[in-house]
Amino acid sequence: MNPTIWVPQATLGPLAPHYWSEVIAGIVLLLIIWLIVAKAIVPAFEKMYEERSSKIEGGIQRAAVAEAKAEAALAQYQDQLASAREEAARIREDAKNQSAQILAEARDRATKESDRILEAGRQQLAAERSQLVHELRGEVGGMATELASRIVGEALTDDERAMRTVDRFLAELEQAGAAR
Amino acid sequence: MTIGLVPLEGGGYTPPGTHDFEWGSVWPGVLPDWVNKPLLQAVIGALLVILFWYLGSRKLKVQPGRAQFFFEYVYEFVRNGIARDILHSEYRRFLPYLLALFSFLLVNNWFGEFFFFMYPTFSNVGYAYGLALVSWCVYVGAGFHKWGPGFLKKALIPEGVPGYLLPLVVPLEFLATFITRPITLALRLFANLFAGHLVVLVFVVGGGFLLTYADNLFYNVAGGVSFLFSIIILMLELFIGALQAYIFTVLTAQYVSTSIAEAH
Repeated sequence: MNPTIWVPQATLGPLAPHYWSEVIAGIVLLLIIWLIVAKAIVPAFEKMYEERSSKIEGGIQRAAVAEAKAEAALAQYQDQLASAREEAARIREDAKNQSAQILAEARDRATKESDRILEAGRQQLAAERSQLVHELRGEVGGMATELASRIVGEALTDDERAMRTVDRFLAELEQAGAAR
Repeated sequence: MTIGLVPLEGGGYTPPGTHDFEWGSVWPGVLPDWVNKPLLQAVIGALLVILFWYLGSRKLKVQPGRAQFFFEYVYEFVRNGIARDILHSEYRRFLPYLLALFSFLLVNNWFGEFFFFMYPTFSNVGYAYGLALVSWCVYVGAGFHKWGPGFLKKALIPEGVPGYLLPLVVPLEFLATFITRPITLALRLFANLFAGHLVVLVFVVGGGFLLTYADNLFYNVAGGVSFLFSIIILMLELFIGALQAYIFTVLTAQYVSTSIAEAH
């Protein structure tokens, strides 16, 4: 039960291999495992890791693209918002200007209209007045003539003379009124 | 009255020793002597490792299931925890060897604590020599592959050593790099497992002897305690087996790293 080997076991004790086959078996088995692990196991794992990392990277890229898109949309939206605000401001400004113009025009028109109405009223008044004066002149002349004829007792039938007298009288009156 | 160790020294008890690590043929008369239990264990261990990784690398998915998560954990322990940590950008080339080495070592070391085997393969020093020899070839080969013959100069002449010290330094460096490294690799592994198994044997065999000793209650109780303690030692051996597998792999990676490093 004490196998013969290359080195006397007495000198090395348990540090001497019992059989050379132990060393060879250790080497051969390890080489076999190494070969299989190198050819099949590690490539399978590494391929899966690569796929995983590429998938994650792809996900990150997709997220980045989405983010960029969102940012672009936001920028566009803000652009639109700004332009809309600008437009609104412009419209408001326009409206203000327009309203001022309209107001001015209306005021203008109203002034003109009022002037016109005033003018017309004045003219009508003047016409009425002159008509009234004319009528009054006739009436007052008649009345005064009659009154005078009654007072004087003389019939002033001669119309033409009477009218002249009256006219003269009235002209004197008017002159007196104008002088006053 | 001499109670003490007398019964152990008397007849019927043979203390565990190196003879417990010598195995005959598993099938005496048919198979030669060297086809023994450690050899069968080494072969079964190798098959288990291959089976383990075959199962683990089948149908790998980008989103791992529970089983794949476990295999990835073991794989990444070697890949990230040992290979990439030590070899950095060049880890990929040496990863297969480190993975094979670590799993082969771990399975065979744990054979020491598992029923049916109950014997760590690497407590037979020959297997440890074999593995150390392969590791030696790997790190020396990596150096020559990267630097060509200049590897010898890089390995033997450290930078900044004055010329008059070279006659002293070169032989020392040669011894350290090419001789003691593989020997210490092998002996560290072997000695830890050998000693651990021997301790377990002492507690189990001695405990068994005491437990069945006739007409002495104290011996029987002590034997029971010894049995219980052997369980604790077995737990410790589980840890040591994993630790030695880890150390062997880490040191191999470290040697490869110094071989291919730009500057020493």
